[in-house]
Amino acid sequence: MKLKTLALLAGGATVLASCATGPGGTHREAVRLMQRDFKPVGIATMDRLKQDEVQAACNQYSNNPPPDVAATLQKKQLAGIKWPADGKLLGNWKEGEKIAQRGRGMAWNDKPGKTSRGESNGGSCYNCHQIGPATTSFGTIGTSLYQFGKARGYSEGVQRYAYGKIYNAKAYNLCSQMPRFGHSNSLTEQQMKDLTALLMDPASPVNQ
Amino acid sequence: MRHALMVGLAAALAAAPWLTASAQTEDEVNAEFEKFRAVLEQDNPAELWEVKGEQLWKTPRGPKKASLEKCDLGLGPGVVKGAYAQMPRYFADVDRVMDAEARIVHCMITLQGYQYADLAKAPFSSATRTPDPVSIVTYVAAQSEGMKFAPPQSHPKEREAYALGKEIFNFRGGPWDFACASCHGLEGKKRIRTQLLPNFADPATAIAAVQAWPGYRMTGGVMHSLQWRLTDCFRQQRLPKPDYTSETLSLLMTYLTVNASGQTYKGPGIKR
Repeated sequence: MKLKTLALLAGGATVLASCATGPGGTHREAVRLMQRDFKPVGIATMDRLKQDEVQAACNQYSNNPPPDVAATLQKKQLAGIKWPADGKLLGNWKEGEKIAQRGRGMAWNDKPGKTSRGESNGGSCYNCHQIGPATTSFGTIGTSLYQFGKARGYSEGVQRYAYGKIYNAKAYNLCSQMPRFGHSNSLTEQQMKDLTALLMDPASPVNQ
Repeated sequence: MRHALMVGLAAALAAAPWLTASAQTEDEVNAEFEKFRAVLEQDNPAELWEVKGEQLWKTPRGPKKASLEKCDLGLGPGVVKGAYAQMPRYFADVDRVMDAEARIVHCMITLQGYQYADLAKAPFSSATRTPDPVSIVTYVAAQSEGMKFAPPQSHPKEREAYALGKEIFNFRGGPWDFACASCHGLEGKKRIRTQLLPNFADPATAIAAVQAWPGYRMTGGVMHSLQWRLTDCFRQQRLPKPDYTSETLSLLMTYLTVNASGQTYKGPGIKR
């Protein structure tokens, strides 16, 4: 009887141990340790370590989700985009250029809605994209956006695509590396209009 | 030495056109930086902290007035040579994997009587102050110069640490959905602005994650360790802040260092 109990206990312990290492178990344990070891600083609160369904799915499928999973989640993300109430999608491309250049904002040393220097949040766009022809120190994680409007045409449909992609890149490509600037309240509606103008205004240097 | 350093710096700066806005290709820019680094490495500023770290290691200090010469970095009490290249590793006395700086801090607490809270209050270098553990880890790291990275993976906890570190590396979170892998797990020669992004998940390029750390960072002109670098990565990921020398950081370092196994460590270096 005693032996049986011991065997059961040992069996139980094995099951518990394998839970920690089984599929998903390692991920859960890593998240538990991060939630234990990280502390909130300023605007960087602990809820940032709780994955939403998009982040969780992209982790689960190593950024390559099955088409049906991607389609379902992208549809939900698309439905969450708040389009400008005045129906206008183009702001000021000159302001857009400044936002595209600025890489600060949303980190623990920044302020709510502002950078540590008191400027409005940046979009970090040049970190990953070629955009205007004057800036050669652009990153290459994202595609080139040079001549974005000129190449695609200046239709309202393309404007909507540009604004929507800036608002929530995951509505178009679930595991894109690009942040969801509107969804995460990183950029204001006006800032996203200004960025859309940078890409879509025929007068923008992007389209020269 | 200081004079030679300044002359070297001046010469290198004069020959560093990427410091001005230019239309160079990424390879040209990086080639210029490597030239600059080569000039600077002839009089590596990290040596200043190695010397200071050695003194700190050997001098009786702290409430217990003890030196760190009985600190076990994994190769036995007081053995420093080769220890850094074989960390992080599992330590039975704390039942967790520790990286070099975490272990040094552990020894400062247990052997010398320092308080963790005091050491963790301002653990990173500024223009006016280099915390003692940073100098000490620079000294310890220098004693592995020329050796191959070989963090052990024999203990089950070391293998678990690698698996957990991999999860932490790939964890996407925060308002911008960033993981370490968002920048440092990409295939092809991607870059942020002009900065090349080596893929730390690929053994062929993983060495870049750990090479030249601890490093003299030209931005700010201070000595920094991997503890600082990884903490700043999490800031840039827009996540909350990991505790200094916490297990999470050791796990992530395990993943990065094991991926670089077999590659030669050049000692404390210079970072952009």
